[in-house]
Amino acid sequence: MKIVVCIKQVPDTNEVKLDPVTNTLIREGVPSIINHDDKSGIEAALRLRDEAGGTVTVLCMGPPQADTALREALAMGCDEAILISGREFGGSDTWATAAIISAALKKIGYDVVITGRQAIDGDTAQVGPQIAETIGVPQVSYVEELRAEGEKLVVRRQFEDRRHIIEVKPPCLLTALSELAAPRYMHVGGIVDAYQKDIRILGFDDLKDDLNPDFIGLKGSPTNVVKSFTKQAKGAGTILADVGADEAVAAIIRKMEEKHII
Amino acid sequence: MSKDIYVVVEQRDGVIAKVGRELIGEATKLAADLGQKVYAVLIGDAVRDKAQSLIEYGADGVVCVQDPILKEYVTEPYAKALTAVIRDRDPEIVLYGATSIGRDLAPRVASRIHTGLTADCTKLDIDPESKLLLMTRPAFGGNIMATILCKVYRPQMATVRPGVMKQLERDASRKGEIEEFKVAFEPSDMNVVIREVIKEEHKKTDITEAKILVSGGRGIGTPDYFNTLRELADVLGGEVSSSRANVDAGWIEKDRQVGQTGKTVRPSLYLACGISGAIQHVAGMEGAECVIAINKNDTAPIFDVSDLGIVGDVKVIVPKLIEAAKKYKAANA
Repeated sequence: MKIVVCIKQVPDTNEVKLDPVTNTLIREGVPSIINHDDKSGIEAALRLRDEAGGTVTVLCMGPPQADTALREALAMGCDEAILISGREFGGSDTWATAAIISAALKKIGYDVVITGRQAIDGDTAQVGPQIAETIGVPQVSYVEELRAEGEKLVVRRQFEDRRHIIEVKPPCLLTALSELAAPRYMHVGGIVDAYQKDIRILGFDDLKDDLNPDFIGLKGSPTNVVKSFTKQAKGAGTILADVGADEAVAAIIRKMEEKHII
Repeated sequence: MSKDIYVVVEQRDGVIAKVGRELIGEATKLAADLGQKVYAVLIGDAVRDKAQSLIEYGADGVVCVQDPILKEYVTEPYAKALTAVIRDRDPEIVLYGATSIGRDLAPRVASRIHTGLTADCTKLDIDPESKLLLMTRPAFGGNIMATILCKVYRPQMATVRPGVMKQLERDASRKGEIEEFKVAFEPSDMNVVIREVIKEEHKKTDITEAKILVSGGRGIGTPDYFNTLRELADVLGGEVSSSRANVDAGWIEKDRQVGQTGKTVRPSLYLACGISGAIQHVAGMEGAECVIAINKNDTAPIFDVSDLGIVGDVKVIVPKLIEAAKKYKAANA
């Protein structure tokens, strides 16, 4: 079974800045980590491999610095790492990102694709399902439990009010919740090995058979950010002292209403 | 030419999700700006009898897709049904609730018909000049807001967070057309097998996943006061969490502890009851979108990170808050 885990490198902080010209995020100088849900996906893939046999390939689209995320995945025990990188890909929205990753998946082959549910920077949860559609396989999102049963996978998926126990045959795509599998730590030998392995790089030329250049990057993306603004930094808000309990309660309800909480 | 706004109304076991009515309400405003109509799309098994209520909440018409294969939500049959409706009707805008189902279905459909999709919007407007849909959403844990356009592709699509938009008053005299839209399903559309559906009254208690946390500190006085906080959390649809002191005292389980040595939480609301706000505690909850604190001590550091601070006695305010929240929910159900 060839398991491919798609990961994203995300900033390890909410201290992010925007480029005032392109309105895209400035990622330089911000410490980066593997997105939590994706790391859980790596762990689940490693366990599935150990249980059912096969290999785990980790795939990341991003700038050359994303190399560190891929090395970390190798140190956890992944067999192979691939970086999808190229100028043509910059500024892609979720549709275009899914198209690019799908082209890479078609090139390298797969039985089971695992993505994280969503990334902590964009929070869209769209790329997983969009890859599944683009490569034409069934998807099961929000997976919190996974095991192999003969040719099939049996997964437990979580909705707000219910869980589904689902049987799905590869090829298929799963999106992982953080609670799917607590990631193992890298061990020293693994880290050493990880830096001796080669990371394969796929650029636009490697993927162009399956990729329309008009449908990727900033220009080819269906959606564009036209305006970004930071919310005001959180400082002390309103403090109500010397008010009656009823007035205090009314203020709390108003605040909850204003924040769409109640 | 693309026209009209379609709202994909979610139902589970035949019960319409409130976010569907909220989106119909919002869509009527957008439609007025465009001079267009609002249609609800209702997908499920034997759901036609729910359609009239959507007209009463503001839809001009309802498109129903009914089939036994649609009884429980599965991505592919629902995506097939919705794609067929969109291809046939060519809407200008399609809106979905940003629920687990909406966030599973919408991206699948967006890729199939090759159009843009904006996730988790909290604000929608029509640009007065271009007549494009302005979709505004938070990113980076709510620290950045972005306004997004889908200029070329149609429909313009967005998922919208539940609870953000307002449903209209129900008007039983409203009339509209209810149409049954036929989609031919094949057995192969069911490309996964649901072995079991496990319904839950109470969600899991992982406080890092909770949208609302009612958190108790030393100021709650006694261990059994967590029962009162639990009651408030139940009314608000949240969970109970705690500062370290109460965990160390054995008043509540360790997995509910917020802070440096506990868990880091990012709920929409963190309601700090009798929590002083030591720096180790704040480190675990400062990512909350909204903090409301109740504390007797007006110099408690928790007030420095609160959107709203109430100087007062938790034991007086919380019971009244439970009643007020119940009343509010009953009035706005």
